[in-house]
Amino acid sequence: MAGVGMHPFGRHGELSTTEMGVTAVRAALTEAGVGRGGFQAAFCATAYGGVASGHKVLGALGMTGMPIVDVEAGCASGGAALMLAAGAIAAAQYDTVLVFGVEKMPKGIIRSSFFEPWQEEAGLAATPAYFALRAQRLMESSGVTKDHLAAVVVKNRRHGVHNDDAMFRSEVVAGDVLASRVVCEPLRLWMLCTPNEGAAAVVLRANGTGSSGAVRLAAAVLRSHVPGAVLSESTPLSGLVDDDVIPPTALAAQDAYEQAGVGPGDLDVVECQDTDAARELLSYEELALCAPGSSAELLESGATQLGGRLPVNPSGGLLSKGEPLGASALGQVVELVRQLRGQCGARQVPGARTALSHTVGRGANAGVVILTR
Amino acid sequence: MPVRDGLFVDVDPPLLVTGRCRSCGHLHFPHRRTCPYCSSERVDESRVPGRGRLWAHTAVTAAPPGYTGDVPYGFGVVELDEGLRVIGRLTEAEPSLLRRGQPMTLVVVPLHTDDDGRTVVTYAFAPSSAEPHGLDGRRPPTGAAT
Repeated sequence: MAGVGMHPFGRHGELSTTEMGVTAVRAALTEAGVGRGGFQAAFCATAYGGVASGHKVLGALGMTGMPIVDVEAGCASGGAALMLAAGAIAAAQYDTVLVFGVEKMPKGIIRSSFFEPWQEEAGLAATPAYFALRAQRLMESSGVTKDHLAAVVVKNRRHGVHNDDAMFRSEVVAGDVLASRVVCEPLRLWMLCTPNEGAAAVVLRANGTGSSGAVRLAAAVLRSHVPGAVLSESTPLSGLVDDDVIPPTALAAQDAYEQAGVGPGDLDVVECQDTDAARELLSYEELALCAPGSSAELLESGATQLGGRLPVNPSGGLLSKGEPLGASALGQVVELVRQLRGQCGARQVPGARTALSHTVGRGANAGVVILTR
Repeated sequence: MPVRDGLFVDVDPPLLVTGRCRSCGHLHFPHRRTCPYCSSERVDESRVPGRGRLWAHTAVTAAPPGYTGDVPYGFGVVELDEGLRVIGRLTEAEPSLLRRGQPMTLVVVPLHTDDDGRTVVTYAFAPSSAEPHGLDGRRPPTGAAT
């Protein structure tokens, strides 16, 4: 990972997707010491950016000519772009590739072209309701309570205080989280992340060419779902009477651990999909950070807070940063590269050497990235 | 008129239109020509009564994109007796009045009136103890203005 850059996540008024992309890309290229002609391909992750988002960013920088490919994989778009770049480098097609993500989300519940018009008309395009049903099932299977959901928010918002790139930088208390408006029982407003705007970029370089710094991309995996789970992120309208369908996050994690030659016990720091508070706990289980059914215990142990054995979402997570779909996965990767370099100041995980990033969303798409130094 | 053809049959009591694969035996909804589990084209339409038990439930408190009907409305998963979990609206919009495992029945509920003055209807699930379902038993979702 030769260089990383961010445009802060938040609401930025009239600032365009292209302008945010330029900021992030310029920062990553500068850090990598790469100029015009210094990379042979670019992958741009975006879900709402529209036609040729990547070309617009690189056109604004006067850096076109190489192949530029926009990549859409829902919440995991950045992971997908990184996978494609890593694969091309591994195949010796290129030695340096720019990967970036840009997004400017509409406000409110995300309108997605995923749903058919009749599903919208029938009120079935209610994204938070699917999160809520998943949360309810987790509460039944893992002893998770609303207090645990609130504790995830408190933890991540506390982490986010120290992140200049986060949208929300104030601490919250559990009582206020629980007292915020019920969106879909059991989820309260503050338990849901905010769709927003931002950009992130990384420069990937083949091993042994140039001063790549010490952080290495050990795995970048994208998986989709296998059918059967009614509450899968694939958002079907029906499913089997089967509670053992392997979720896409577990599929991606298994592949990533194998590729990287590490196990969950080797991780020092994790950034995971906390679209809602329950999703973080579900990720603990699907990423095998704990045994099935014991996510509440892992949270209660304090292991996943800064200062714990395995801090999760030291950046503040999506609950603090907000979620610009195309940029969110690469935002996690930027955070983890900085963590592994020891550049994170008050939110630094001391001595971190192995890190995992996880995103999952509609498609289904699940991305898992493992970084080492 | 139905919100989409081929989802349910609006008779009394209504039927849910599922697909049953002759190759792998799995049921799915909505009915498709190709089995989503094994890619087989040997899929039969199977109309089922839509009786089952509540498997998960919540309520939607703010209108999602593209929806012009009333809020709040119930939303959940019912596990049908035939062995299929189906996502749908629930007639009960107060989650605390429902419990996992309780018997549920397929009903047809109005959504809104279209530009030609026709009532657009969809499938939903109601607690089995509720009033009789079907054409005469139709009622708006809880909280709806009538």
